[in-house]
Amino acid sequence: MISPANYVALAAILFVIGGVGVLVRRNALVVFMCVELMLNAVNLAFVAFARLHGDLTGQVIAFFVMVVAAAEVVVGLAILTSIFRARRSASVDDANLLKY
Amino acid sequence: MTHPVVLAASASSNTQVATFWVLAVIAVAAALGMILTRRAVHCAILLAVVMLILAGMYAMQGAPFLAFVQVIVYTGAVLMLFLFVIMIVGITASDAVVETIRGQRVFAGLAGIALLVLLILVVGHATIGHASPAGPRNSTQNVSGLAKLIFTTYVFPFEMTSALLITAALGAMVLAHRERTSPKPTQRTLSRRRVASGRPTPLPGPGTYARHNAVDMPALLPDGTQSRLSVSGVLVSRAAEARASARPAIGGEVIGAEQERAGPDPGRPAGPGGPAGGAEAQGHERAPGAPAQANGQEEDR
Repeated sequence: MISPANYVALAAILFVIGGVGVLVRRNALVVFMCVELMLNAVNLAFVAFARLHGDLTGQVIAFFVMVVAAAEVVVGLAILTSIFRARRSASVDDANLLKY
Repeated sequence: MTHPVVLAASASSNTQVATFWVLAVIAVAAALGMILTRRAVHCAILLAVVMLILAGMYAMQGAPFLAFVQVIVYTGAVLMLFLFVIMIVGITASDAVVETIRGQRVFAGLAGIALLVLLILVVGHATIGHASPAGPRNSTQNVSGLAKLIFTTYVFPFEMTSALLITAALGAMVLAHRERTSPKPTQRTLSRRRVASGRPTPLPGPGTYARHNAVDMPALLPDGTQSRLSVSGVLVSRAAEARASARPAIGGEVIGAEQERAGPDPGRPAGPGGPAGGAEAQGHERAPGAPAQANGQEEDR
């Protein structure tokens, strides 16, 4: 049996990769995808801890994370399409109208 | 109560170890590829790989319900939504090469390495014991156990998620809604526009009298010249795009550039309208009123 520690380490690696992606990439779509990667990594950690404790609560929380992530993606992509419609660009650097 | 039949839970220990390492390596490689590829589509496909692998890992850890939800919700719904938006925003949308903030990538990489070291140290120092023996999580009781928890202990958060989902759906509809600024054209106005445009007939089909009948082969006119109107504008602009991307890129991400580049050039029948309706495509082609266009019309007659 694989120890839950391995799963948690994998989750940490995936989380860090997603975080670096959010910081580095300029395309808003890719930034969203990296956020999804981070959420998935956290879910993996939750499931690993649920197995560690023999308790289903971690899986329930992972389930709620999935629901919230789905809602977040829907609203985020709607915002992205409306921004793209107005500015013809999906770069996070171009949406700077609120800057001083 | 412990039926060890749930997905891979009964697999032997060695099989699980091997599966974990293979899947983990593929997942990390795909995640790294996500932040290294320039195209958003490749990014989405690699994300699908990671999500499917995570579904497999949920199954290995005795969470079959979450594994299926992962496949259905994430890989099925969320990623399809991403792909749809990529199609809207532009399939060729790629990231900028230039850094807006100087040294940002270096600092982001350093921060990532620092965070990784921190997390690995924490995970390494924590005493994470072995998995507890098979309980309800490792049996067919998984779904019913989850249902019991969701509808008793966590019933209030569960109800809140319903409110959240309704709000998100409404918000998406409001945000993505576009007001119609002009009245919807009726059949009468469309037919009048078509007759007034000077070409009431459909556009010539591709490949007529030519050597092949492929869609990108322009039809030949009676005098042997090629009919420009017979090839869809989408194909023409795509060919121009391919030529443009073959040139060394200068950098800077302008996603709409392809459409704009294709627009003002009067020499070819550009326009994103493509094969969608003769009247519209004609309107696009006639609009510049350049001499090249006039020639094109004449030779088409």
